[in-house]
Amino acid sequence: MSTHTASHHDAHTGEHEHHDAAGTKIFGFWVYLMSDLIIFGSLFATYAVLMEGTAGGPSAADIFELPFVLVETFLLLFSSFTYGIAVLEMNKNKVAQVKLWLGITFVLGAAFVGMEIYEFQHLIHEGFGPDRSAFLTAFFTLVGTHGLHVTFGLIWILVMLIQLSTKGLTDATRPRIMCLSLFWHFLDVVWICVFSFVYLMGVLV
Amino acid sequence: MSNSNPDTVPGSASHGSVKSYVIGLVLSILLTVIPFAAVMTGALSITTTVLTIVIAAVLQVLVQLIMFMHLNTKSDEGWNFMSLVFAVTILVLVVGGSLWIMHHLHLNVMIN
Repeated sequence: MSTHTASHHDAHTGEHEHHDAAGTKIFGFWVYLMSDLIIFGSLFATYAVLMEGTAGGPSAADIFELPFVLVETFLLLFSSFTYGIAVLEMNKNKVAQVKLWLGITFVLGAAFVGMEIYEFQHLIHEGFGPDRSAFLTAFFTLVGTHGLHVTFGLIWILVMLIQLSTKGLTDATRPRIMCLSLFWHFLDVVWICVFSFVYLMGVLV
Repeated sequence: MSNSNPDTVPGSASHGSVKSYVIGLVLSILLTVIPFAAVMTGALSITTTVLTIVIAAVLQVLVQLIMFMHLNTKSDEGWNFMSLVFAVTILVLVVGGSLWIMHHLHLNVMIN
């Protein structure tokens, strides 16, 4: 009886510590995201200061195409939603479903990055590259940094798809999927600020 | 096992449900379409349009934080929320301070 109680107690402590370890990982990742937020904040401030500096080149209103940006926005928004569904499937321990929804998220994210690369390539081709004016430098830096983050998110999704195939849903892979979930939603939050304050305000002013 | 304390982490799936994600998605779509429509149709005055963009952006960020990232003031004894409050404070100082200073610099040295 006493041994049973002791082992039960140990098991409980073990679980508790284990849970704390996963919780600490996710909290640590959250703190990283907050530092990332400061990076984006600095880039937004830089853009806001330099957006008038067109040096005789095109202004925001000249080069932004809102229908294009709206499609990009919906791709990222729906990818955020599909990632949420993947997390719900993870809670039900359905590995195949998690992989399916992660795959859909990847396709939507890749389409977003593809559109952004097209937009950048188009602008550079027109002679409106980051070297044209302070406004374009700030624009490419801000939007490019976000695009780079999404690209790394896509690589991370691929890594998780491989790990889900080889390891399955384990105590090691679950916290990673949760961290990536925060990362992916965070990128959508940053994009809300990008389309609102860069594209919409840019066309307006 | 992790059911012992489901509220400890943000993004912890325990509070997520298909319903909350669908509500979040619908709200996000609305809060995206409204500012785009305002700018693309030009139906409102400039001031009203700017206000619409700002309010829709703030609301949509909140929707994402609450419905998708499951942020609340209690998880991890409030440390998630506190670190966000700290980061936002720094953001306000960096962005607001930069704009404030550069605006006055612009006025004083009469660039352009």
